[in-house]
Amino acid sequence: MIINLKVWRQDSPAVEGELVSYQVEASEDMSFLEMLDVLNEDLIGKGEEPVVFESDCREGICGSCGLMINGQAHGPEVTTSCQLHMRSFKDGDEIVVEPWRADPFPVLKDLMVDRSAFDRLIASGGYVSVNTGAAPDAHAVPVPKPNADRAFDVATCIGCGACVAACPNGSASLFLGAKITHLSELPQGQAERDQRVVNMVGQHDHEGFGGCTNIGECTAACPKGIPLDVISRLNSDLRTALRHGR
Amino acid sequence: MATTRPSPDQTRTLVSGAHAARTTIALKLAMAVSGLIFIAFVLGHMYGNLKAFAGHDAFNDYAHHLRTLGEPVLPYGGLLWIIRVGLIASLVVHVTSAVLLWKRASSARQHKYAVRKYRSSTLSSRTMRWGGLTILLFLVWHLLNFSIGKVNPQGGPTNDPYDLLVDTFEVWWLTLIYLVAMVALGMHLRHGTWSASQTLGLTNSARSRRTANLAGITLAVVVAGGFSLVPIFTLFGVIS
Amino acid sequence: MTDAHRTTTPDGIVQGSDEQHDDAAGYYVDGEPIADTKAPGGPLAERWSTRQFDAKIVNPANRRKVSAIIVGTGLAGASAAATMGEAGYVVKSFCYQDSPRRAHSIAAQGGINAAKNYKGDGDSVHRLFYDTIKGGDYRSRESNVYRLAEVSVNIIDQCVAQGVPFAREYGGLLDNRSFGGVQVSRTFYARGQTGQQLLLGAYQALERQIAAGTVHCYTRHEMLELIVVDGRARGIIARDLVSGEIETHLADVVVLASGGYGNVFYLSTNAMNSNVTASWRAHRKGALMANPCYTQIHPTCIPVTGTHQSKLTLMSESLRNDGRIWVPKKKADCDKDPRDIPEEDRDYYLERIYPAFGNLVPRDIASRQAKNVCDEGRGVGPEVEGVRRGVYLDFADAMERLGRPAIEAKYGNLFDMYARITGEDPYQVPMRIYPAVHYVMGGLWVDYDLQSTIPGLFVTGEANFSDHGANRLGASALMQGLADGYFVLPNTIRDYLSASPFEKIAEDHPAVVEAQQAVRERVDKFLSTNGTRSVDSYHRELGNIMWEYCGMERTADGLRKAIDLIRTLRQDFHRNVRVLGSGENINQSLEKAGRVADFFELGELMCIDALNRRESCGGHFRGESQTEDGEALRHDDQYAYVAAWAWPGQGEDGESLPPVLHKEHLNYEFTEMKQRSYK
Repeated sequence: MIINLKVWRQDSPAVEGELVSYQVEASEDMSFLEMLDVLNEDLIGKGEEPVVFESDCREGICGSCGLMINGQAHGPEVTTSCQLHMRSFKDGDEIVVEPWRADPFPVLKDLMVDRSAFDRLIASGGYVSVNTGAAPDAHAVPVPKPNADRAFDVATCIGCGACVAACPNGSASLFLGAKITHLSELPQGQAERDQRVVNMVGQHDHEGFGGCTNIGECTAACPKGIPLDVISRLNSDLRTALRHGR
Repeated sequence: MATTRPSPDQTRTLVSGAHAARTTIALKLAMAVSGLIFIAFVLGHMYGNLKAFAGHDAFNDYAHHLRTLGEPVLPYGGLLWIIRVGLIASLVVHVTSAVLLWKRASSARQHKYAVRKYRSSTLSSRTMRWGGLTILLFLVWHLLNFSIGKVNPQGGPTNDPYDLLVDTFEVWWLTLIYLVAMVALGMHLRHGTWSASQTLGLTNSARSRRTANLAGITLAVVVAGGFSLVPIFTLFGVIS
Repeated sequence: MTDAHRTTTPDGIVQGSDEQHDDAAGYYVDGEPIADTKAPGGPLAERWSTRQFDAKIVNPANRRKVSAIIVGTGLAGASAAATMGEAGYVVKSFCYQDSPRRAHSIAAQGGINAAKNYKGDGDSVHRLFYDTIKGGDYRSRESNVYRLAEVSVNIIDQCVAQGVPFAREYGGLLDNRSFGGVQVSRTFYARGQTGQQLLLGAYQALERQIAAGTVHCYTRHEMLELIVVDGRARGIIARDLVSGEIETHLADVVVLASGGYGNVFYLSTNAMNSNVTASWRAHRKGALMANPCYTQIHPTCIPVTGTHQSKLTLMSESLRNDGRIWVPKKKADCDKDPRDIPEEDRDYYLERIYPAFGNLVPRDIASRQAKNVCDEGRGVGPEVEGVRRGVYLDFADAMERLGRPAIEAKYGNLFDMYARITGEDPYQVPMRIYPAVHYVMGGLWVDYDLQSTIPGLFVTGEANFSDHGANRLGASALMQGLADGYFVLPNTIRDYLSASPFEKIAEDHPAVVEAQQAVRERVDKFLSTNGTRSVDSYHRELGNIMWEYCGMERTADGLRKAIDLIRTLRQDFHRNVRVLGSGENINQSLEKAGRVADFFELGELMCIDALNRRESCGGHFRGESQTEDGEALRHDDQYAYVAAWAWPGQGEDGESLPPVLHKEHLNYEFTEMKQRSYK
């Protein structure tokens, strides 16, 4: 199959970029990123610099890859860019590939952005403060199964940034809500619950992410299906912290 | 407290001394609460409007009664003024928060996508800001029309609420303005109700999310529909 | 073989020993035997506490004057960095990814073993120790493995306290499953994403220390050289992958937690950027590389679809519990719809050859037999380079027996994953599977303290030659990574650090300048070669050689051929590789070039190590070492040692010199070495 690509090329954060057209011969069995690999081999053959894009595990779990494909985060299927396959496209299709767009995620080169803001969100409070060796026996505190299951479901977030990329407001509320909900569901997370939500939301705002308007594009784009109710939990935890005078 | 993360950008720091009251979520909470006040208001207002179906005297009695409500503890029109002050305060809070969040959102993505396709969001959710602006403009006209300015487009009396209403909605384009505004209001309420429930943290499960969505749709239909009845029936001469 | 017995031929090849089967004669030089001097003697169960007590302590007030560099942020790296940060050391943590959370530990699916005996099914530290030793086919150290089993229980406590959402039962207590054919339920898991959840726990602990200021994290930084001053590891040279800057980082101690090197095979289940560079640079500076040929091959991966394939995806081995593996009896049937092939024309080869274990034979046997039937021309699926590499894993019987809902409940997510990748519905058509490289047991040689042969260089996790012997037991990789990082390293490293802080080193110290210079020259060399072939094309070709000759089944002839092919290809690579762009910006081709250059050298050493080890052991089958009915045959009399290789340097024109083999004899005091049998 022949694919007509329009790929965002930008040499560095400091310069302007543009969409550049390429043609690639792909096969339906290829993943989207393997199709870009083929493009890059072609470009190297022609003496042009290959397109920079990020990927590592290529099995949908590390969260490195993240492309805006025809206006949708990770493309037309609900999965990561690396698990999207060319069989989702037709021969002759035009595909526009852009980097995540959000001011807290500046473009570094071509399709690669800087998502270190997510690390700082976690550093601002997304943990349980327990030093190595200071833990009680694992069975000391039972956790009701529904809470444990929900904690797991939302802890599957891979930190890819699709929620921010898809949100019309550039908000990171789904990412934030997922971590808040994960730790709020567990007895281990209770001691720091108020302080955690205040610090993390404070960091979120400090990084320049937008506010949430509960539109739901984030959860629709999330390759791990993190549900929108994590944002409700985020909000109610913050409301509780507000009531506690934090 | 600044973190020492030298790369990739030395200027990025961890924030210190965060306060719940100074977050975007606090702004959203303010929007949600003020929005709920408006919901209560429009429900009451709509109920009053429907009195028009009971005829000239019932409607005017109702309008007059509003001013005597709370007497003798409150002076004449006292409660109405309390409500007005409450509504104006809510409006200031609602609009200020909206503007602040709007500004934030647009600076969070200054470089727009060349191609953008939405997956699941509703039109009403994406038109909250422009829809809100439409409602605000309508509000100005509405107050000029019925409250502060009292403009009778047919040149008739302005001191009789019922006559003013009938004279207004007999003009087709005025009815149209009202109907358009009600569509905007309905859409705003549809997403607003759901969004407020979510912001208040009441939608912690799939079921409660469905309920909140359903509440939004119901309110939208009831309020927008309820308000539209009087203009439509006036235009077609049922109320006269 | 001593020096007296060695002769050198005119073309520089060293002639081998007079031992009976010295297949690798001429490819290596014998060195002095080595020993682990740090492991205490005495009863197994007391060794770790003895060592912890004997290891000196760094005064808490002094710790903030002591600095450590930790390379890698996977389970072994992030946990070590967090723990040392908590203890008060000044830690610099490095990863090539954009965030510590993306290290490839994240992709581990199955679970983590711990001898908690929460099920009361007779598990104990000793049983976990025994199973791990046996699983490693008696090629690991008793002291190390016992410590691993001991520490395993602390890991679970620690992770639960961090909020890791392990699977639980309705009573609210932790659930366990049995994994990898062991007879007790000791595997803790978080659905099929245990590695992810454990790593996020370690990552969050690390971020907490970053916020506290004890750890500085350098993301998008790749270690390209080790700095050794006066015989001690004192720092690294790293390249900032965004700005291209070559940076010098100095410290009192260096820890490598940089993972495994499975990507030498090009196609593996490793992440695209997983590499050996950090370990290999240390090896070139004097750290011994132990058992490099020990790789683990996983039988249930999704097959290759074409030459464009960039990586392989693993599916949980649990699929073999209900799926039946088969290929057509006749080659002519291989391109038919499998549902049209009648029962009598199907060869359920595992059930046929191993009636007792059937489809549940160990990983290496299942993998090797799959390769055998495909080599016979009976593989299924698309033809890639003339061969169909795939066998059916059929759930039709299980669906009939248990019903589709039961299969969905058990394997739903795996079936979905398979359908997404292949575009086929495994509920309708049998799955196709093929083995793939998954884990490496080999790595840098370390003593009981996890210290390499370079003082001040410690190695943790998959990067060290570890506790897994010749084969790793399922659900043990996560256990080892976290054991090393949370509990072992922080306790052993203090013995070394008790003499620190060491003398400050100036950035213009000759050893630093030399290391910097070497990195710069290497980068410049790649950028100026201006050849015609892409880095990836070389990598793919190297991977093919490795897979063909140093994969599941190896022969002396094949390995010798592989060594020749690698040497030729490597020379061509250095003359003809094309790396475009500059070094002052993000340049992924440049990053890959450095990694592939090191893979070439590693690949050659792996072949030499495999050539030397003329025994079938653990995951490896040597054609020359099998029983009459074709099963693996181990030779404890000759090969019960760790093969630790020293870098010999290179000839003037980049020619390979023969590496030096140091043997560490393995003593089995507490377990009896048994030959395994699955027939």
